[in-house]
Amino acid sequence: MSVQRRTIADSFSKAKSENRALLIGYLPAGYPTVEGSIELIHAMLDNGVDLIEVGLPYSDPLMDGPVIQEAVSAALTGGATTETVLDVVQAVSDHGGLPVVMSYWNPIERYGVERFAQTLSERGGAGVITPDLTIEEAQPWLEAAHKNSIDPIFLVAPSSSEIRISQVSDQTRGFIYAASTMGVTGARDNVSSMAPELVARVRTRTDLPIAVGLGVSTGAQAADIAAYADGVIVGSAFIKAANQGGTAAVAELAAQLAQGVRSAVR
Amino acid sequence: MTTTESTDSVREGSLPGHFGPYGGRFVPEALTAALDELDAAFRAAILDPVFTAELARLERDYTGRPSPLTRANRFEEYCNGARVYLKREDLNHTGSHKINNVLGQALLTQRMGKTRVIAETGAGQHGVATATAAALLGLDCTVYMGEEDTRRQALNVARMKLLGAEVVSVTAGSRTLKDAINEAMRDWVSTVDQTHYMLGTVTGPAPFPELVRFFHSVIGREAREQILAVEGRLPDAVAACVGGGSNAMGLFSGFIDDPEVQLRGYEAGGDGVDTGRHAARFAAGTPGVLHGARTYVMQDEWGQTVASHSISAGLDYPGVGPEHAWLHDIGRAVYEPVNDAEAMTAFSLLSRTEGIIPAIETAHGLAGVMRLGAELGPDSVIMVNLSGRGDKDVATAARWFGIDLGDVVSAELAEGR
Ligand SMILES: Cc1ncc(COP(=O)(O)O)c(C=O)c1O
Repeated sequence: MSVQRRTIADSFSKAKSENRALLIGYLPAGYPTVEGSIELIHAMLDNGVDLIEVGLPYSDPLMDGPVIQEAVSAALTGGATTETVLDVVQAVSDHGGLPVVMSYWNPIERYGVERFAQTLSERGGAGVITPDLTIEEAQPWLEAAHKNSIDPIFLVAPSSSEIRISQVSDQTRGFIYAASTMGVTGARDNVSSMAPELVARVRTRTDLPIAVGLGVSTGAQAADIAAYADGVIVGSAFIKAANQGGTAAVAELAAQLAQGVRSAVR
Repeated sequence: MTTTESTDSVREGSLPGHFGPYGGRFVPEALTAALDELDAAFRAAILDPVFTAELARLERDYTGRPSPLTRANRFEEYCNGARVYLKREDLNHTGSHKINNVLGQALLTQRMGKTRVIAETGAGQHGVATATAAALLGLDCTVYMGEEDTRRQALNVARMKLLGAEVVSVTAGSRTLKDAINEAMRDWVSTVDQTHYMLGTVTGPAPFPELVRFFHSVIGREAREQILAVEGRLPDAVAACVGGGSNAMGLFSGFIDDPEVQLRGYEAGGDGVDTGRHAARFAAGTPGVLHGARTYVMQDEWGQTVASHSISAGLDYPGVGPEHAWLHDIGRAVYEPVNDAEAMTAFSLLSRTEGIIPAIETAHGLAGVMRLGAELGPDSVIMVNLSGRGDKDVATAARWFGIDLGDVVSAELAEGR
């Protein structure tokens, strides 16, 4: 490759040099419309979101709470497909952002594992979060991802054993996604007290950056998490903001969260 | 434990939890620990004489096992004179095979020290069975059911509530079984410390397909003994309807190592496979991943699950058990679709010739037997799993056959398809 690719690792290094956590924002491609989702993502990028998690809308999102369920269902009704996701990835990249895709496994397998990794790479994608792909089933994906310089990103949960955390970390590139709680996506008043402990356990097993997601919705919560984690992931709260106040509300939330990850006492 | 061994021979060369390329685990990482715990508890339990004795006692004294094998003399006239035997799972307590699985899993729940069970249900039979086992063993119980199904199976909703279960009507997605499973999984991820997910069929992440098959293998074990006793030989074919595939797997497991016995499964053809309104995973699906396992799935070109359709809520599911996918690929079992209309004809015939009103799910298997009789000829011996009784389907059947329900049955009931 002639041009040096930007990587997820670079983004975390840069944030680290600024002594802050990275802010990662999720939005499903095609919600509320294709153009709408691109506009919202631009607002996120312009207001301090470092990494964009582009959601691939799927008919059976069993890790997701009602807010994301409704959004992806609307995106699917609006005609969103895997190609839509790749178009949004390109748009993020063109706007100077670094996109990762978050997708349940079946749509990737259906598109073609190798073809997906290759196309995503060509369109500027940096990684893929696969919430229902266990490492035992991941071999073909790992090969395709490595070949195409895509970071395969796996999750660990509070229930993960020490051995499991090591096994998952060994297969992960980019960052480890630490699920803050035993549950599905959705904003919560209190981000679970399990998160600091989980992050501490993961730290002893890997040098990869660790990002915490599930339930984060406010600048204060982002600041709390940024005190001990390398990244903060926000999803449902952005969709809620979009539903309530459109692009302006999304921009405001992004700014608040960006402030949060910068104000943490680390 | 013969059944475990015999099925293992089919899976020779498969990784643990897999059936050839099918099965496996495609789940949120948060569930890995719970699935490992379940796997370990299951394997320890089936080697523990205390557990197996307690299960055997419940099967005998509570379910009423062994279930009889009934020769269907008058129905045979519509099966080209084949000798047809009905394995009477409809006579089990709660009216279907589903009780076999839930009693085993309820005992496992206690063994794991958990106090709450959740379940998905389509026809309501698994929900009723789960609520029953929960009542028996003093477990809290929540059942997830698609809103569409709560309407067409209103009687079973009432039964679950009478048994003390909470019934959650799921309004997401297509509002049927597939969405009830999504919702049950979400509950489970959030409550896994105290809660066991009593999956109702041979689908889902490992170890569920193997575990649920194990608890239903009593069907095949009894059936093999019974047919040998009356016929002095093995049947030419064993047949069953296939929703997720648990009643079929239970029966098949008794004959899987007998190559001379054909294994035949019948899936829901709905309005006809060519109409797109069906639940024919083998006839019209492709390999993919759904609800935790790789199997045949009804999906579009992007890998989105396609909604299934069937007059029978219990067969109305876009996926199928991974072991069936494997048996299909290696040619050991053969699967064919049966349309709504064909199933309802068989439903009526069995009712009128044998005095047995079958579940509409079961009627799909009976329609298959009518075809099989034509194929295998007079004097062939065919056994079919009579997986459930039709009481729950009376409103649906009455509507289908134009029987006036009058004012006796509430408008809500009559509204069931
Ligand atoms: C009577 C009866 N038979 C069959 C089925 C289909 O399930 P399976 O294929 O797992 O046996 C159901 C499901 O609800 C049922 O109630």
